[in-house]
Amino acid sequence: MSKGIAVIGDRDSIYGFASIGFNIFPVSNTEDGIKTFKNLCKGEYAVIYVTEAFAAEIEEEIEKVSENLYPAIILIPGVYGNTGKGVLSVRKSVEKAVGSDILFSGGTQD
Amino acid sequence: MASTHVNPTRMELTRLKKKLVTAKRGHKLLKDKRDELMRRFLELVKENMELRKNVEKGLEEANKNFVLAKAIMREETLNTALLAPLQSISVNVKTNNVMSVEIPSFDYKTRTPDENGMYSYGFAFTSSDLDYAVKSLSDIFPQMLKLAEVEKSCQLMAAEIEKTRRRVNALEHVMIPETEESIKYITMKLDENERSTQVRLMKVKDMMIKEAIEAKRSVSQ
Repeated sequence: MSKGIAVIGDRDSIYGFASIGFNIFPVSNTEDGIKTFKNLCKGEYAVIYVTEAFAAEIEEEIEKVSENLYPAIILIPGVYGNTGKGVLSVRKSVEKAVGSDILFSGGTQD
Repeated sequence: MASTHVNPTRMELTRLKKKLVTAKRGHKLLKDKRDELMRRFLELVKENMELRKNVEKGLEEANKNFVLAKAIMREETLNTALLAPLQSISVNVKTNNVMSVEIPSFDYKTRTPDENGMYSYGFAFTSSDLDYAVKSLSDIFPQMLKLAEVEKSCQLMAAEIEKTRRRVNALEHVMIPETEESIKYITMKLDENERSTQVRLMKVKDMMIKEAIEAKRSVSQ
């Protein structure tokens, strides 16, 4: 199966990705963003990179598709700085699996 | 307890014993599955963290360059430069099976094999910052894809581990003790029945002997 890669988020953070062949989907408000995101999840894309800022707005939608094999939703820091949400999602999956955050609790984060 | 709901019969006892054997075997298998999944997960999640740090650092760098480029160039020029991307990427998706968890593996193909294919603009009207920005992005790209693969795998495995752990716990702390309890209850009940039958028989025998003796006595008198 051949699939594409999508990037979704605020325009300033993502426009550069077009140059390396990703499909970019700028969003300006949450409502349209959710619609776009749902469309992207229909199977055309293998990976969707979401900026952390936008991911915070559509957490529910991301949760809904997280069970599926595709697409993989990966958070990336936007142009307005790193909110640490991406690292947090890794820690969350550790917590889910192990029961407590044993791996990264000891300040290995920075 | 569940033991109050079972029929104290031999058939039920056989059934429960079979159930207990199955439950114990299932418990052992699931426990092994959980341990192995956990081992792989821990390996993978370490890699995940490492990759994420790299990618975030790389993206921060790229973003910085893009901001610089945007500051120097006019917005329209920038938009025009990136309007028609030369490069396109298709990802080949395969699935691997790890302990019955399907995890994805991504393999990418770029449309142009030329590594300068990502510059979709002439260099005349754009600032060199844009070149740096695009370069830094394309450098980080393979790692981004690897991150996607690893992170998705981690998420899927975490979900599976959680499920498996719940099953193991349910078997260990609910199912197996309850079945054992029921078996114990039925065995006790059956033994009790046996004893009461025995006693009744002995009693009847006593009564019959007594009657026989009395009948003999009355005959001899």
